[in-house]
Amino acid sequence: MTNPSDYKYVRSHEWLCYVDDDRVRVGITDFAQQAMGDLVFVNLPIVGDMTTAGEPLCDVESVKSVEDIFAPVSGEVTAINEELMDHPELINAAPYDAWIAEISHITDTEELLDAAAYEAVCAEEE
Amino acid sequence: MELLFERSHSGRSLENIPATTVSEYQLPEQFARRTPLDLPSLAEVDISRHYTELSHHVHGVNCGFYPLGSCTMKYNPKIGEEIAALPNFTQIHPLQPAQTTKGCLEVLGLAQQYLCEITGMDAMSFQPAAGAHGEFTGLLLIKAYHHSRGDGAKRTKVIVPDSAHGTNPASATMNGYTTVNVPSNAEGGVDLDALRAAVGPDTAALMLTNPNTLGIFDKNILEITKIVHDAGGLVYYDGANLNAVMGLVRPGDMGFDVIHLNIHKTFGTPHGGGGPGSGPCGCKAFLAPFLPKDQIKENAEGYCLTQPAQSIGRVRSFYGNFLVVVKALTYILMLGAKGIPEAAQGSVLNANYMKTKLSEVYDVPYDGFCMHEFVLSLEKLKHETGVSALDVAKALMDNGIHPPTMYFPLIVHEALMIEPTETESKETLDRAIQVFMDIYHAATADAESLHQAPRHTTVRRLDETRAARNPVLKYTPDKD
Repeated sequence: MTNPSDYKYVRSHEWLCYVDDDRVRVGITDFAQQAMGDLVFVNLPIVGDMTTAGEPLCDVESVKSVEDIFAPVSGEVTAINEELMDHPELINAAPYDAWIAEISHITDTEELLDAAAYEAVCAEEE
Repeated sequence: MELLFERSHSGRSLENIPATTVSEYQLPEQFARRTPLDLPSLAEVDISRHYTELSHHVHGVNCGFYPLGSCTMKYNPKIGEEIAALPNFTQIHPLQPAQTTKGCLEVLGLAQQYLCEITGMDAMSFQPAAGAHGEFTGLLLIKAYHHSRGDGAKRTKVIVPDSAHGTNPASATMNGYTTVNVPSNAEGGVDLDALRAAVGPDTAALMLTNPNTLGIFDKNILEITKIVHDAGGLVYYDGANLNAVMGLVRPGDMGFDVIHLNIHKTFGTPHGGGGPGSGPCGCKAFLAPFLPKDQIKENAEGYCLTQPAQSIGRVRSFYGNFLVVVKALTYILMLGAKGIPEAAQGSVLNANYMKTKLSEVYDVPYDGFCMHEFVLSLEKLKHETGVSALDVAKALMDNGIHPPTMYFPLIVHEALMIEPTETESKETLDRAIQVFMDIYHAATADAESLHQAPRHTTVRRLDETRAARNPVLKYTPDKD
C-alpha cells in the first residue's frame, strides 16, 4: 500500500491530514497496522481531551500487544471515529481512511514528514 | 465436545448431596426466584467423563515440556499437594480464635522467615493473591512512605525499562502514578545515562526485573539502585525471575527496597487453574510499618498476628491464599539451603544449554550467557520464508511442546522467549532442541505446512482475532 502524498507522518507511525488550517484528522499508518497485526480493540480518546504533541493520545490492542498511539499535535480532541469502537478491523482494512480522532485549536506540532521521508524511516526499521 | 448443559437429560440426577443440617430459611418475597434455576440434569458418570475429556484437551506441565518464558513452569512436586490437603490445614476457618490456629500461624511465620532470608528483605505480607497484586501492594507501600515524609504529592512518576512486564506500568497507573520508560542499552540492560536523565525530585520509584525479560542479569544493578536512591526514589524488585538467582544473590543486597514474589512460579506451587496464585510482598524494615494488616510476628508465646502502625489496610480478605503458602514452605523445606541455589543453577544451566544449541540456526539478539531464560528473534526467518513466531509456536504444539511466550519482550521483533526450568532432564531438552531444528528446516523447505499447524491437536488453529473481537463468554440455552 502506498502512503498518500497529501498526508503528513510522524516517526512514531501516525499520520495526519489537514481538514482545514487549524484542524487535523489522525490515524495510524499501514506500516503500524501491519506490525501490530489484527486489531481487536481501539480505546478511543474522549471529545474535549487536551493533547500534547508526542504524548499518548489513546491506545489500540491487537492479538499481540497493546500499543500507545501518540498525538502528532497539541490541541483539543473535537471528534472521534466512533465506528472504530465496534469495528477495529477498519484500521487493518483501510488505515488511511480509518481516522481515529480529529484534533483542533493546534498549538504545537511534532516534526512532520512527507510520504517519502516517512518511507525512509520505515525502511530503516525493517 | 459437548458442554455439561448439552449433556443434560431431564430426570437424571446426582443423589449424593447430603441432607442439610441447618434449618431452611425463607427469603423475603422480593428476593425470591420466580422461575426455577436452569441447571443441567446429569449423572455422576456424565460429569466425570466431561471433566476427564476436558483434561485430555489441555497441555500442562504434567503432560510434557512447557518452556513458557518468564512463567517458570517447573514441575510441582506432589508432596506439596499432600501436605496442603492435611485436615489441620483445610478444616480451619479464618475467623476462629488465633490461639486455636497456632500451627497455621507457624506456617506463615516460617515462610516469612525463609523468604526474607532468600530475598534479603525484613518483612513480608502474604495477602496479595498473585504477582500483579503484589506489585500493586508494593507500590502502595512506596506511596505511603513518600506521603509519610511529606513529599508524596511531588513524587508522581514511576520509571520502568522498556523490557518490563506489562504489569509494571499497569500497577503504577492503578496507583495514580505516571509511567516513564527508559530504554535498554546494547547489552539488554538499563541504559544508565537515560536513567540518570529520567530520575529527579518527581521520582517515586523504579520498577525492575533482574534478571530481566531478556534473561540478562543487569551487571550495573548496584549503580542503578544508587542512582534512584540518590534522587530520593525507592527501588521495586519484580520477583518474576527470582528462580534464576534464588539462594545465590539477594535483591535486598542489590539495593531493592520492596519486592513481590510469584511463589506459584519460583517455589513449586501450581499456576492458574491449578492454583490459585500467591504474590507475597516483602520490604525492608523502614517500610514494614506500612504493610497490610495482620502481619505475622514471633514473640515469647510463639507466632501471633500484629497490626503495623501505619498500615495501608487490607489488600485482600484474611491471610491471602494460605494453602499456596503451605505448598511453598513444603518446597523450601524439601530443597533446603543447599537445594534452593542448586535449583537456580540448574535453571541457568538448562537455559544456556538450549540457547547454545538453538543459536546454531536461530537468531539470538543478545549474545553471551543468559540466566534462566533467553529470547530468540524470528524476524529474519519471517522475512525470508513468511513463517512467523506464531507459526513456529503452533508447530511446537503438534510435537507435544507448549509454545514459549510469544511477541514479548516488545523490544525484540518476532520474539520467542524460552524458559526450560531446572526440572527438565537433558533428554527432554535434547528432544525439544531437535523439534525446534526440524521446524526451522521445515520452514525453509515448505513454509505452507507451518501456516497450517497445528494439525494433530483437538482443535486446529483458532481464530484468535475473532475470539478477541467477539468473545462468547457464556452459554445461552436454546429455548426451542
